[in-house]
Amino acid sequence: MSRLSKAVATALTIMPSTVAVAESRPALISLVRQDCGSCHGMTLKGGLGASLLPDALAGKDANSVSSIILDGIPGTPMPPWRGLLTEADARWIAEQLKAGFPQ
Amino acid sequence: MNRRSVLAGAALIGLAPPAAQAGQCAQTQRGSGDLGIVIERASGSILIVETTGRSVLARVEGLGDLSHAAAVFSPCERYAYVFGRDGGLTKVDLLDARIVNRVIQAGNSIGGALSDDGRLIVASNYTPGGIRVLDAGNLTQLANIPAIGANGRESKVVGLVDLPGRRFVYSLYDCDEIWIADFSRSMTPELTKFTNIGRSPYDGNVTGDARHYLAGLFGEDGFAHIDLWEDHPAATRVFEGYNSGRDRQAIYKMPHLEGWGQTGATLVVPAAGQHEALTLDLNTMKEVGRTQLHGQPVFCVARPDGREIWINFAHPLNDTVQVLDTHLGRIVHTFAPGPAVLHLEFTPKGGEIWISVRDANRIDIYDVRSRTKIADIPARSPSGIMFSARAHRLRS
Repeated sequence: MSRLSKAVATALTIMPSTVAVAESRPALISLVRQDCGSCHGMTLKGGLGASLLPDALAGKDANSVSSIILDGIPGTPMPPWRGLLTEADARWIAEQLKAGFPQ
Repeated sequence: MNRRSVLAGAALIGLAPPAAQAGQCAQTQRGSGDLGIVIERASGSILIVETTGRSVLARVEGLGDLSHAAAVFSPCERYAYVFGRDGGLTKVDLLDARIVNRVIQAGNSIGGALSDDGRLIVASNYTPGGIRVLDAGNLTQLANIPAIGANGRESKVVGLVDLPGRRFVYSLYDCDEIWIADFSRSMTPELTKFTNIGRSPYDGNVTGDARHYLAGLFGEDGFAHIDLWEDHPAATRVFEGYNSGRDRQAIYKMPHLEGWGQTGATLVVPAAGQHEALTLDLNTMKEVGRTQLHGQPVFCVARPDGREIWINFAHPLNDTVQVLDTHLGRIVHTFAPGPAVLHLEFTPKGGEIWISVRDANRIDIYDVRSRTKIADIPARSPSGIMFSARAHRLRS
């Protein structure tokens, strides 16, 4: 089980689920900047993977960004994160990416 | 060295000065063969470290976006050239602990190499793709070589390494090609292009004899191989179909070929999408073994004598390191240094290994023979560790 999932699971045992997502945000921010960042860059401007800055995502709605996070893009290095992230996590990340991801 | 400035640098970050330690040569001057740098990926800084006393000499800041960084060293081992994600190339004086020069040579960069004569610094770039050649002295641009393949696309460049004779070999991720650029005659290089080498090469490296260049393929199962000693080299496939009959797992961090496990006539590389290391016989270019691992390997780093290979892993199993004994052909040790082990670097003769533990904000130093931890050094989100002795090694 990933650290993140552990954190979420721990949070879930002691708090309502809506709070759990909020509580896990520092972990999600770290995951996106550090681990998504290994291909997309820590500033998310792109690398081997595409740019994830708001301009680059302007043509996609949060639902489709969220789907890409969960299911990946077959035939490319973008892996599916389902299993490591919940749908709520992915949705939150997608919305934040479109708005300008927090530091 | 300019001891005073290192003292000043050390004082700035509140560290004890690198006082007389066993084995240090002199009080007022020092060599640079036991120096190195640690990339602090989140803060755009590096630590200058020394391996004799296992200490930090200074922190140098202002190197830009180091979220994917690489470095090479000048032949005199005084200067480090650090390549950043933002296309920045920073020349750092390790003895004076200061930035000598910094240029933004492209928009998005992945790494680089230095020619055998120490005069040409070459950066491999993502945006715009291709390579830039700069004067290693003053960092002025000498050549810009776009990477446009036979398919007409401009490519990201990966797996750039230097070859003897002012040559460089690299892979074109978007074009399925490998190019050799020969700058021995002029800054307009003679280009040798290998096409259809396999889909989507993601990294490449050369063996320590500068003979075998291998590029890992993302778009298919296998590696591309070129025997650079041949008069008329050709690209062939090795490890072809190593995933056949089974699913390739999702890859949360691409394997890297830097530091790969060359040991005598065999080469150990990380598989892509499997919990395995693959072993190649360099005489026959046939696969001769697979080793089951804890997770998907990122770096398979050979101890300098080749007897052992120390391996770290991709997210989410990245708290662990395994040791593969190449003589026994099996894993002999597994341990967990801490959260997010990103890189490993042996001291030049392999007595110690330094391990970056990103989320513990720490570099751990292990005695290799006893496999016990002997020291640690605080560092901010450390990733790459590179020692100056790399200046005198062919492979990267």
